[in-house]
Amino acid sequence: MSKDWPLYEVFIRAKSGLSHRHAGSVHAPDDEMALNHARDVYTRRNEGVSIWVVRSSNIIASDPEETSAFFEPAKDKIYRHPTFYEIPEGVENI
Amino acid sequence: MYTQGLDQKSGQEDRQPAVDSAEDLARFQARIDDEEKIEPKDWMPEAYRRTLVRQISQHAHSEIIGMQPEGNWLTRAPTLRRKSILLAKVQDEAGHGLYLYSAAETLGTSRDEMVDQLLAGTAKYSSIFNYPTLTWADIGAIGWLVDGAAIMNQIPLCRCSYGPYSRAMIRICKEESFHQRQGYEIMVELCRGSDEQKAMAQDALDRWWWPSLMMFGPNDKESVHSAQSMAWKIKRFSNDELRQKFVDVTVPQAEFIGLRVPDDDLVLDEASGHYRYGEIDWNEFIQVIKGNGRCNRERMTTRRDAHENGAWVREAAQAYAEKRAARAAA
Repeated sequence: MSKDWPLYEVFIRAKSGLSHRHAGSVHAPDDEMALNHARDVYTRRNEGVSIWVVRSSNIIASDPEETSAFFEPAKDKIYRHPTFYEIPEGVENI
Repeated sequence: MYTQGLDQKSGQEDRQPAVDSAEDLARFQARIDDEEKIEPKDWMPEAYRRTLVRQISQHAHSEIIGMQPEGNWLTRAPTLRRKSILLAKVQDEAGHGLYLYSAAETLGTSRDEMVDQLLAGTAKYSSIFNYPTLTWADIGAIGWLVDGAAIMNQIPLCRCSYGPYSRAMIRICKEESFHQRQGYEIMVELCRGSDEQKAMAQDALDRWWWPSLMMFGPNDKESVHSAQSMAWKIKRFSNDELRQKFVDVTVPQAEFIGLRVPDDDLVLDEASGHYRYGEIDWNEFIQVIKGNGRCNRERMTTRRDAHENGAWVREAAQAYAEKRAARAAA
């Protein structure tokens, strides 16, 4: 059994207007230390204006083995893309 | 390089029979050949996983041990500017170690296990960190040569087939170019200084040149794991190819500041545009890898002491977290 502190995943917003993006992970004994560690490890050069940390064990992930079945419902619906539609030559602004 | 221990023949683990089916292996290789990245939960051959765990953890250990030679000069840096720079660089090495441990953990090994292996002396780290830093010029030589060699090796690792390793390397490479430039700047300044300062720079180059070439690991014909790592696109260039690139870019940098590369056989081959360099003392390399370098024992003692002396901090943080959790629950 590992003596490690819990693992947290770190998400960083690089600047306002952008969404948080996964940066890596840190171990920490509690949430507050996780935030401090994430700051020290992942933003030494002002890479962020906001950090989220979340316990890795709280993330629910899709199964890579099931990827094709899981995403299958979207595969045959090509009419969801604008390029599916034919517009006559000469029609503009559409 | 930072993972040159991989090129040595190792113990039991490599002799385990492969349990992966031929079909799975073929499908995996096809993904690799298509330049698809492999992500943590994807199926992968056990040998691919083991190779990566070893390589990434060795790389992480090298970053952690690599703080020591430079840490030696933190309190004696010649100016506040140099001290701040060196402190930032050493902090970066710690950060790089942590990025890499995280990447290795995605393969199912624990941080704890890796740290234990380092402290027990069963894990390897780069031979280069077992050389002493005798003068301030060594700090210049390390940034210029050691980080220069590291960058040469790490840039292709940014395209490694394993996603988390590749992402960690991208982040590391971005940060490392400052390391090399600050080192070269130290050398430039010494070379523009007094005769004594220039001699100090030359002495540092004399001592660090050959160990830096050894960082790339054994010659290709001696390198036992290279072919498989190339097929898996963990490695993109051979040891000798990278070493040659390093020599080609570094020799003119030495000449620019009037330093002499300590190699009587060094000559520019006009036809190929490559420098031909002398024979590396592989016996020295093997001795250092085996633990008989000048500083191997000191590096391990320092690391173990730091770990033990920091235990109370980790325990206090844990106790505080438990106390707060208990209060919140009450």
